[in-house]
Amino acid sequence: MKNCYINGMGCVSAQKTFESGFLEEIHLNETENVLFAQQPSYKEIIPPAAIRRMAKGVKMGIYASTQALKEANLEQPGAIITGTGMGCTEDSEKFLKAILDNKEEFLTPTSFIQSTHNTVGAQIALGLQCKNYNFTYVNGAVSLESALIDATMQIGNAEIDSALVGGIDETAAHTIEMFQLNNSIKKEEDKPYRVIGSHSKGVVFSEGAVFFALENRQTETSYAQIRDVFTQNILNPNQAQAFITDFLTQNDTTIDQVDAVVLGYNGDAGFDHFYDAAGSVFEGIPQLYYKHLSGEYNTASAFGLWMASHIMKNQEIPAVVSINDCRKEHYDTILLYNQYQGKDHSLILLTKC
Amino acid sequence: MDALKQELKSKIIEVLNLEDVAVEDINDNDALFGDGLGLDSIDALELIVLLDKEYGIKLTDPKEGKTIFQSIETMAAYITANRTK
Repeated sequence: MKNCYINGMGCVSAQKTFESGFLEEIHLNETENVLFAQQPSYKEIIPPAAIRRMAKGVKMGIYASTQALKEANLEQPGAIITGTGMGCTEDSEKFLKAILDNKEEFLTPTSFIQSTHNTVGAQIALGLQCKNYNFTYVNGAVSLESALIDATMQIGNAEIDSALVGGIDETAAHTIEMFQLNNSIKKEEDKPYRVIGSHSKGVVFSEGAVFFALENRQTETSYAQIRDVFTQNILNPNQAQAFITDFLTQNDTTIDQVDAVVLGYNGDAGFDHFYDAAGSVFEGIPQLYYKHLSGEYNTASAFGLWMASHIMKNQEIPAVVSINDCRKEHYDTILLYNQYQGKDHSLILLTKC
Repeated sequence: MDALKQELKSKIIEVLNLEDVAVEDINDNDALFGDGLGLDSIDALELIVLLDKEYGIKLTDPKEGKTIFQSIETMAAYITANRTK
């Protein structure tokens, strides 16, 4: 089996991750229950004729993927594999609203064409003129992880040498309203919105696009090696510890060998006990979180992977993402655990190159 | 006719989301497709829907589109002659 290395990354998120260094400029939010992504200037990388038809998610995806490829010095990836939980909701809403408003007449093509879940992967391929394998996973909160599994298997089996993998989700007005109605988004009275120690249900909802240029060879730009990715749709809280220890055993890794664990705490008191259970496995080991920076969305775990990769390369943990005060001399093995609303559990194991 | 031309320019900018293009930037005789405004086949579909929705004109012969959508001038002339609303 060939190894799989993260050799380039691009991140558009609620933080200014698209231009500044690793978490150098941070905005800590405790007052907004929806966090919108900080938008870079797209005009430099997307032709005007194309940009006018693109919704936010497509633009964010193209920007992040361009950054990842540029950093890895990769022109034609062997595969473009994306993950999205909600797809292009902005154009889907526009198209569906037009159907209702115009009584099923006068339907225009643009928003329909751009509303499909694979629009981001397709637009990246069009921009690169890349006719290689192109696939989009729409598997809720394990969409990114599904894309990673596909890429690591293809690279591992030497079917391809490289892959561009990303997670993209965008907010849209009606979807936000729906999530507020079903209490998936925190209420005004739940302020201040804290992720650790929260007693309220729901999350601070957000959006973003993070891309990774993966290759079978280690280069000067390598961040980390993806050792393994595992997903499980349903898990009882009392199975969370075994879920993690079994995964580590399968990867010949002991708990003591894990130098840091990244937990997907999102401040939803209804489900964060999964992370409490996971964290109890790693006492005395640095525990990190990130959704106070990124907000929650189906592919927010991509932000976690982006953060863990930076930590592994820099060998340093920023205080703003620490849950406990533990520190290690080296960060050679990092484990990421994520779930959403008690479903779509995922584990990613990273090791130092 | 002048008011219709202004209205058309404004609607085209809005419907086609022509960022960085203002009504003043479009001359009445500028080509809409190709070298002029640079519209493409998807835009043509949007313009057909625009004619139907706003002016009650249904284009049944696609060949007609080439002549009608040449410029704002030709569009305005066709709308004036054929509009039902």
